[in-house]
Amino acid sequence: MMDAIARLGKNTLDFLASFGRASQFLLGVLVGVPKPSVGLPLLLKQIYSVGVLSLVIVVVSGLFIGMVLGLQGYTILSDFGSESAIGQMIALTLVRELGPVVTALLFAGRAGSALTAEIGLMKATEQLSSMEMMGVDPLRRVIAPRLWAGFLSMPILAVVFSMVGILGGMLVGVEWLGVFEGSFWGNMQASVDFRDDVLNGVIKSVVFGFVCAWIAVYQGYDCVPTSAGISSATTKTVVYSSLAVLGLDFILTAVMFGNF
Amino acid sequence: MAQRTTEIIVGLFVLAGMGAMMFLALQVSGLSLAAAGSTYTVYADFTDTGGLGPRGRVSMAGVQVGSIESIELDRDTFKARVTLSIDSDVNNIPADSAAMIRTSGLLGEQYIDISIGGDLESLQPGDNFYTTQSAMNIERLISNFASGR
Repeated sequence: MMDAIARLGKNTLDFLASFGRASQFLLGVLVGVPKPSVGLPLLLKQIYSVGVLSLVIVVVSGLFIGMVLGLQGYTILSDFGSESAIGQMIALTLVRELGPVVTALLFAGRAGSALTAEIGLMKATEQLSSMEMMGVDPLRRVIAPRLWAGFLSMPILAVVFSMVGILGGMLVGVEWLGVFEGSFWGNMQASVDFRDDVLNGVIKSVVFGFVCAWIAVYQGYDCVPTSAGISSATTKTVVYSSLAVLGLDFILTAVMFGNF
Repeated sequence: MAQRTTEIIVGLFVLAGMGAMMFLALQVSGLSLAAAGSTYTVYADFTDTGGLGPRGRVSMAGVQVGSIESIELDRDTFKARVTLSIDSDVNNIPADSAAMIRTSGLLGEQYIDISIGGDLESLQPGDNFYTTQSAMNIERLISNFASGR
């Protein structure tokens, strides 16, 4: 009994300490932006590996999610004879909710885990400490470009996801199931507002990108430098990012779209 | 990979993001690149606005000619005061036209339809609609019918 309480206390303190370290770490990275001449090539390389290489999975999932939405929406809406509302249903679902959230989940699995494993292995093979020995700050050289790359890539990926999903929904709804194309786009344009829906979705994805990238690089930087440590850090990245994204999504949705 | 190739690919990636954003703005949310045309404001008082909301549609003969700017309660008359912004192109609405709240479809959104009057003078900016017709309220309709009034 006492043991359990003691463990609970220890876990809480561990959590708080790790949160404190993560915040300190974030501050260090954000303050220590490298000079553009050095940092820009590093940043571009990371945007390539974090963003561009995630594009394929994002496009494919977006297409299929859009197609499924079209199919499901059609079967439900045709019961009420209002299958022309399928366009607005697909667009609002994707732009407000699924675009940012699913992209963030995919991003955590595809790019976040890779970031953690890479940085963790650098730590395990003491590349980070040898950089420090050479007088190069690993926070600036290694961590900052990766954090910024994740932060910048995420909104782009989410917007692409929404676009591909809407096109996929159109493919199923208009081309296959025969919803009139004019009412598909017309209903969509009448109900989607640029500022309220599209921009709020982008803000969501910016927040998610920041959180996912932060968790990924921190877990890599803070991992136990053994093979077991790296694997558990990678797992933690995916689990924590997914939970953080879903939890934050609720809060952001309540703030943005809840009318109170 | 050569630095230059990376730069080009990342450039394409960012362009793809911008393209997608343009698509969402223009095709999905129907934002038009042309600056919003100038409008003028007229008012209409209703006893019941039903489910009318800001950004709603204002149309004449089914063609959209403006949008609803705001809906407020007039504290003296206890009527809803709806502010309409009408495109300046449509500056010849007869002054005795009526504003009525209609529903598109059975369950669709509510909008304001301007039914044309016969007056030679036209509504000026800041004018009020003389006749209005409030939203059809099915519950009230049924209860009126049931009580025989």
